[in-house]
Amino acid sequence: MPDLGLNVLFKGKNLARLLGGLGVALKISLLSVVISIVLGILVGLLMTWKNPISRALMRCYLEIVRIMPQMVLLFLVYFGTTRIFGWNLSGEASAVIVFSFWGAAEMGDLVRGALISIPQHQYESAAALGLSGGQTYRYIVLPQTVRRLIPLSMNLITRMIKTTSLVLMIGVVEVLKVSQQIIEANRMSSPNAAFGVYLTVFALYFFACWPISLLAGFLEKRWR
Amino acid sequence: MLTLQIGVLGILASIAIGIICTMIQYFKVPIARHVVSVYVEISRNTPLLIQLFFIYYGLPKIGIRTNPYACGVAGLAFLGGSYMTEAFRSGIEAVDRVQTESAASLGLSGLQILRYVIFPQALTISFPAFMANVIFLLKETSVFSAISLMDLMFTAKDLIGLYYQTTESLFLLVVFYLLILLPVSVLGSFIERRMRYAGFGS
Repeated sequence: MPDLGLNVLFKGKNLARLLGGLGVALKISLLSVVISIVLGILVGLLMTWKNPISRALMRCYLEIVRIMPQMVLLFLVYFGTTRIFGWNLSGEASAVIVFSFWGAAEMGDLVRGALISIPQHQYESAAALGLSGGQTYRYIVLPQTVRRLIPLSMNLITRMIKTTSLVLMIGVVEVLKVSQQIIEANRMSSPNAAFGVYLTVFALYFFACWPISLLAGFLEKRWR
Repeated sequence: MLTLQIGVLGILASIAIGIICTMIQYFKVPIARHVVSVYVEISRNTPLLIQLFFIYYGLPKIGIRTNPYACGVAGLAFLGGSYMTEAFRSGIEAVDRVQTESAASLGLSGLQILRYVIFPQALTISFPAFMANVIFLLKETSVFSAISLMDLMFTAKDLIGLYYQTTESLFLLVVFYLLILLPVSVLGSFIERRMRYAGFGS
């Protein structure tokens, strides 16, 4: 049995540091999830508007976000805008900006899909029952939309948590960076640390995302 | 154009993995089925970057040698395989049971049912998801610069380091990604529209 380098984790505060790193990643993703849900609902509403200009704009926005890799967006914001506009952005701030920008588009598309999937006769029957526009939204459209939306948006949240691993590349100290540091620090004493530490990070991400996607799958079945 | 090369190889590999895994789940092969579902859960719930780091830095420590190139393709295939499995599986599940039963009552064998009845319909249904996966995987290749592959991203960083012309390099980076991904996206929606004509009377 070769040394798998798992013992490194129990030296000093290494495990706590790794968890702290995961905390940073989760904080970034949580923050951007909240922002992108709020913005995403707005974007989704704008997308269902009949106004051709706002529609075209939103369509462009969605396509851009869809096509650009998140990594490229991160680089654009972190290195590009800071140079062009000459301001200072910390890694965390630009990560949150990028993920909110990305998440708002994706969320908007989900909202749009959910709104469109409500059949026209629901609106008409509501009008026939004498409900006002606001009431229709409040009692008829929203409950159905939310039901369709929640499982999908939970999938989006897991995707976002996964994507936060990229922020390593713009110099935010999160799980991967911490694990690199740990491996470097223990290079002499346990050369095989890379295997154990990365395995742990692997497991950490898995256990962060797995419950959420299980819940999403469960809700999807339950609310069908 | 290493990005494109790895992307294509990885996507082909992941399609192969996806088809195999879907077949295993479809025919309900006893043990392999559970292995497949565990695999799908694991690779869907971890980021590509972590998988790559694990393959590239972790595995050599227990005696498996890799080079960045093979590792990139393997990582992409590992991630893509599960996404493709999901896409194909949802396509197959969406085909009504009536279809299988009527095919069986017409005297088609199991393989024939799959070949002539299920597969064409499942393909049409799962195509949008499939195309989304292809684009997703191509985008994910941008991560490879982390394991020192000379892909677009890495070259861009290199150029920034060399000439200190951040804006120009980043602009080129964006243009190149657009060049790769726009045709795929357009082609995807075109094929999708074409395939919808091969509908099945609904």
